[in-house]
Amino acid sequence: MKSAGTIVAVALLIAAGIAIAPLAATEIPPAERRSGYSFMAPDTKAIQDDDTANPGMLWVLDGEALWNSKAGATGNACADCHNDARASMKGVAARYPAYDKALARPVNLEQRINLCRTRQQQATPFAFESRDLLALTAFVAEQSRGAAIAPEATAELAPFVAKGRDFFMRRQGQLNLGCTNCHDDNWDKHLAGSAVTQALPTGYPIYRLEWQSLGSLQRRLRNCITGMRAQNYDYGAPELVELELYLMTRARGMPIETPAVRP
Amino acid sequence: MASALINVPKKAKRGEIIEIKTLMSHIMETGYRHTAAGQLVPRDIITSFTCRFNGAEIFRADLFPAIAANPFVTFFTIANESGKFDFEWIGDNGFTETASAAISVE
Amino acid sequence: MRKSHASTRRRFLGLAGSAAAIGMVPVVSLRPAGATPETMAAAIRNVVGTATVQTGKVKLDVPPLVENGNTVPMTVSVTSPMTEEDYVKSIHVFNEKNPQPNIGNFYLGPKAGRAQVSTRIRLADSQKIIAIARLSDGSFWSVSADVVVTLAACTEEVI
Ligand code: HEC
Ligand code: HEC
Repeated sequence: MKSAGTIVAVALLIAAGIAIAPLAATEIPPAERRSGYSFMAPDTKAIQDDDTANPGMLWVLDGEALWNSKAGATGNACADCHNDARASMKGVAARYPAYDKALARPVNLEQRINLCRTRQQQATPFAFESRDLLALTAFVAEQSRGAAIAPEATAELAPFVAKGRDFFMRRQGQLNLGCTNCHDDNWDKHLAGSAVTQALPTGYPIYRLEWQSLGSLQRRLRNCITGMRAQNYDYGAPELVELELYLMTRARGMPIETPAVRP
Repeated sequence: MASALINVPKKAKRGEIIEIKTLMSHIMETGYRHTAAGQLVPRDIITSFTCRFNGAEIFRADLFPAIAANPFVTFFTIANESGKFDFEWIGDNGFTETASAAISVE
Repeated sequence: MRKSHASTRRRFLGLAGSAAAIGMVPVVSLRPAGATPETMAAAIRNVVGTATVQTGKVKLDVPPLVENGNTVPMTVSVTSPMTEEDYVKSIHVFNEKNPQPNIGNFYLGPKAGRAQVSTRIRLADSQKIIAIARLSDGSFWSVSADVVVTLAACTEEVI
């Protein structure tokens, strides 16, 4: 079963014209970067363009309700400390994952929200991919819509960006592919009908038609890692956060679209 | 937690044809999926959606498993007088949700 | 109409197991019989009875090539004056290959002003869909459309 699957996968890659052993990977020049949005069919774009048609907005609404509701032993709502999210959370998502001093490593936006749950509200953290965590993350990130992606370029973060980049470039898994082989070298090709795209995380959490739900960037990454038949990582694993961080540096300067829609 | 997103113009001219857009959060589990262990995932869908204006039904839909998750339904009506639209979604496992929106017609 | 070999293997609603990732590894092999053209014909008979269904008046807008069969935008409109004397009573949409032939029934009346509804549907596979309108004079009108559904890449195992 396993080997049959691999043969089908390789056959599909060849059909898509994706070279299995290309020359050294080349990064995409800034001027040629394109959001996943630009690869979508007009009908899919239309869903993202209209807030009253975008199902992702249902999570944003839920997140707004959670923002204002009291939780945990301290009985504080997010709003009690951060007030109006439109002001306090503006631009925040554009610089995540960010460095957390106490943990001495980067945390993504979901983890950052959960840190406030545990440190500030003395509440139990939300499970990754739970409706509540996705809703709050979407609500916080939506406040940065249109803001330019701007991960901090600090010496503290640099080694983590480098690790994420290494992951992206490294060939791995049964297909012996690196992320770069698809997303840097073959982004203009199609794979079984899907545009490959440049893997720029401009709209997370996204409403993915395939999932019929909102989902995080880590869920998206885990899907691609499964596709590569490579070792996967648990939600919140440092490897995935480093990968997120590197992807955000590749998307530096591009506007946040949350909640984006993707096929 | 079930949210609804309703888009009705707040104001309209008498006799104007207006579009109403509705989005309701719901998984719309088809009842045709199986878990990896081979167990059937029971059906859990919205079966009926109704819109009333000032109490009188103006639009109704029967939904089936082939309607996508988080059902999106749009339709039209003539704005003849000011009043209130009431929306109702009914589904499996006792699901009922309502929402409303006001319009002023001049 | 392009007939893609990949599209015919398109998983619907997870029933054939996930198209796990790039290569398709079926995790579930159970596959209920899809709605065949005969079950679709029976579902249509349920709505129209013995009346004849004429072609025309109805317009069905569905993208000819769909990026993901889970969420396919669809608009049905009917040419009608929408007056108290002459209006569209209902619109019924059917499909050929999903496990069940019905997609939706929409009931409207003269107060709708415009006989047009939109929604988003699921399509198991490349197939034909049919929309039928019942008019206030008791006549039935129909249109059909062919949709090509492509295969999603890099997905995950279902459930
Ligand atoms: C008791 C006050 C308090 C509560 C309640 C609280 N926070 Fe915070 N939050 C803080 C403080 C203080 C910081 C910054 C310092 C730190 O914790 O590192 C912060 C930081 C943040 C940040 C990062 C901001 C940035 O600029 O990087 C986010 C996002 C955030 N909070 C979201 C939330 C959410 C969502 C909730 C509700 C679930 C919440 N917070 C509840 C006090 C609070
Ligand atoms: C075999 C080719 C292939 C490989 C290898 C691959 N991906 Fe992907 N990736 C895709 C395809 C195809 C899509 C788009 C699928 C769709 O949306 O239908 C995608 C989508 C994405 C997206 C979503 C972009 C958006 O617009 O939201 C991200 C992020 C991503 N990949 C990251 C990665 C990372 C990180 C790796 C390595 C761990 C990786 N991918 C490996 C093919 C690949």
